[in-house]
Amino acid sequence: MKVRYKAGSKAEWQEAFATSAKRDDGIETSTISGIPVKPLYTSEDLDDGEEELPGEFPYTRGVHPTGYRGRLWTMRQFSGFSTAVETNRRYHYLLKNGQTGLSVAFDMPTLMGQDSDAPTSRGEVGHCGVAVDSLADMETLFEGIPVGEITTSMTINSPAAILLAMYLAVAEKQGVAFNQVGGTLQNDILKEYIAQKEYIFPPEPSMRLVVDSIQYCAAEVPKWNTVSISGYHIREAGSTAAQELAFTLADGFAYVDACLERGMKIDDFAPRLSFFFDAHIDFFEEIAKFRAARRIWARHLRERYGAQDPRSWKLRFHTQTAGVSLTAQQPELNIARTALEALSAVLGGTNSLHTNAMDEVLALPTDKTARIALRTQQLIAYETGAASTIDPLGGSYFVEALTQEMEDQAEAYFKKIDAIGGVIPAIERGFFQKEIADAAYRYQSELESKRRIMVGVNEFEVEDEDELEILRIDRSKEQGQVERVREVRARRDSARWSKTMTQLGKAANSTDNLMPYILDAVRAYATEGEIMGKLVEAWGLYTEEAVI
Amino acid sequence: MPLRIVMAKVGLDGHDRGVKVVARALRDAGFEVIYTGLRQTPEMVVDAAIQEDAQVIGLSLHSGAHMTLIPAVVDELKRKGAEDIMVFGGGIIPEEDIVELKRLGVAEIFPPGSGLQQIVDFLRERFPEEAAAPA
Repeated sequence: MKVRYKAGSKAEWQEAFATSAKRDDGIETSTISGIPVKPLYTSEDLDDGEEELPGEFPYTRGVHPTGYRGRLWTMRQFSGFSTAVETNRRYHYLLKNGQTGLSVAFDMPTLMGQDSDAPTSRGEVGHCGVAVDSLADMETLFEGIPVGEITTSMTINSPAAILLAMYLAVAEKQGVAFNQVGGTLQNDILKEYIAQKEYIFPPEPSMRLVVDSIQYCAAEVPKWNTVSISGYHIREAGSTAAQELAFTLADGFAYVDACLERGMKIDDFAPRLSFFFDAHIDFFEEIAKFRAARRIWARHLRERYGAQDPRSWKLRFHTQTAGVSLTAQQPELNIARTALEALSAVLGGTNSLHTNAMDEVLALPTDKTARIALRTQQLIAYETGAASTIDPLGGSYFVEALTQEMEDQAEAYFKKIDAIGGVIPAIERGFFQKEIADAAYRYQSELESKRRIMVGVNEFEVEDEDELEILRIDRSKEQGQVERVREVRARRDSARWSKTMTQLGKAANSTDNLMPYILDAVRAYATEGEIMGKLVEAWGLYTEEAVI
Repeated sequence: MPLRIVMAKVGLDGHDRGVKVVARALRDAGFEVIYTGLRQTPEMVVDAAIQEDAQVIGLSLHSGAHMTLIPAVVDELKRKGAEDIMVFGGGIIPEEDIVELKRLGVAEIFPPGSGLQQIVDFLRERFPEEAAAPA
């Protein structure tokens, strides 16, 4: 880049900086991920190169030429608790308050593919999300919500195909054609082995199920985002920003490879792959990460995979503010943290956003804290002016240099992963798990030694805090849900159910696409646990070697 | 003999960042740590602790199932006559529940924001002899 400052002035500044008194508090100046940060960036930190515009390959400045002038990001608050009846009530409340899309949080038994009456579901039903055992629960969950008019995101992975089938069956009942149904399925099994650990089957059949759903949607549900390739859980498990970026995109490439192996054409499925990132508290590093993600994906899809359709090159992503950055101490501060994190996501050009509620470090949010979280987004959108200019930090010496650094670090990781033989071999060798555990421990040690400060936790503490009013999940609801699933089993047409289950079992052992079989089973009110049981019979269970 | 601790994730929750960081810190502090891995039932945890001759069980829960699963471990210890094994825990657990869990026999709960040194100090205080043993 052309250096524009006055001759000699850089040397003068360097001299002034070097000889001036500086803070000596032992606090890290590197990013939260450990990337060294200089006190000043100038045009010398930029590469020579053509200036880029938004909506233009490789989309560093955004995938839309209009940015948020065209359309604001989708305000999509992740929500779900207790039973379908109660969560349905919360959805109506959020929609009434200006939320523009739904996002379903399922409880642990649902996430792990088991019914509410399974012995190991005891104590877990409805706690960290809503319990959905069968189509009957899904019907209740979307009661009075026209699924042809809103989009819904579902955070579900191992059993994703089943929950998608249930949603499609609800659409069918509402008279909405599949090609009018829009939404997103997380369906990202690779990051489960890497970070969140909600795996059930071994990687190979898991990948088959993912590809089945991608292939099915490409043909039947073209407005559906089939996989939300997720860095969020990788980051929350303790990775650095660069690791989040690298591992997530590596997972993305692995899904592309798997679909190509199936014989699909890149431009038939790549436009429907979307991403999900964390917005952590290190403001500029996060912005750089989002910008780098778009650029890397675009380059690989076009140059490495030969995609022709620009939609395949465009990385669209959802962001959630960082749960791990929230503190139980002085929890009101979490509103401020979340606002800053959300702002970084907006300045990074996120396409949709979830802002955490201040009490999520203790429990699921109350109506009030959920509303404050949503209002925080509205405040950024309508009061701050952040949405008025496209990629407002584009051209910032610091942000551009950091964006390049993120890209370089991600590329270095891709090489390492390739050398191991790809994502699945790297999972099986514990590569990601160890990288993440090391980073988590390093970060915690920095907190312990006060080289990093968490306000209210290791500095600026207060004695005697007021307790927050938190949401309590009524534990008696568990019994009700147990009875409900038993009632569904007793009431359904058992001959029809039995036929669909037999066909599903056969299909699991064949190479047929499983989606139509799962849909049939769901329509016959087969429960999630029953369908997963059939698949486990065919494919077995996965266990990881626990490493500390 | 250094203090032997079984660290475990009970229930369906797979969030293992906390348990792994704490396990590593306890190991670095000179304790012997056995990490069971994910998705343990209360029975499995108690059996592991007895088999490993552990004096302490450390449980981590982030799924909201703590009021069912932590007491289930305490009950199972009683049922197997091993109530001398101390139970402590950590995770997304609100204050009100901490009070109740302590009443049920849990030695301590470390909520979000707890320091690693705090946990090490707590164990050293409870087990002065074992904790003093060289690593």
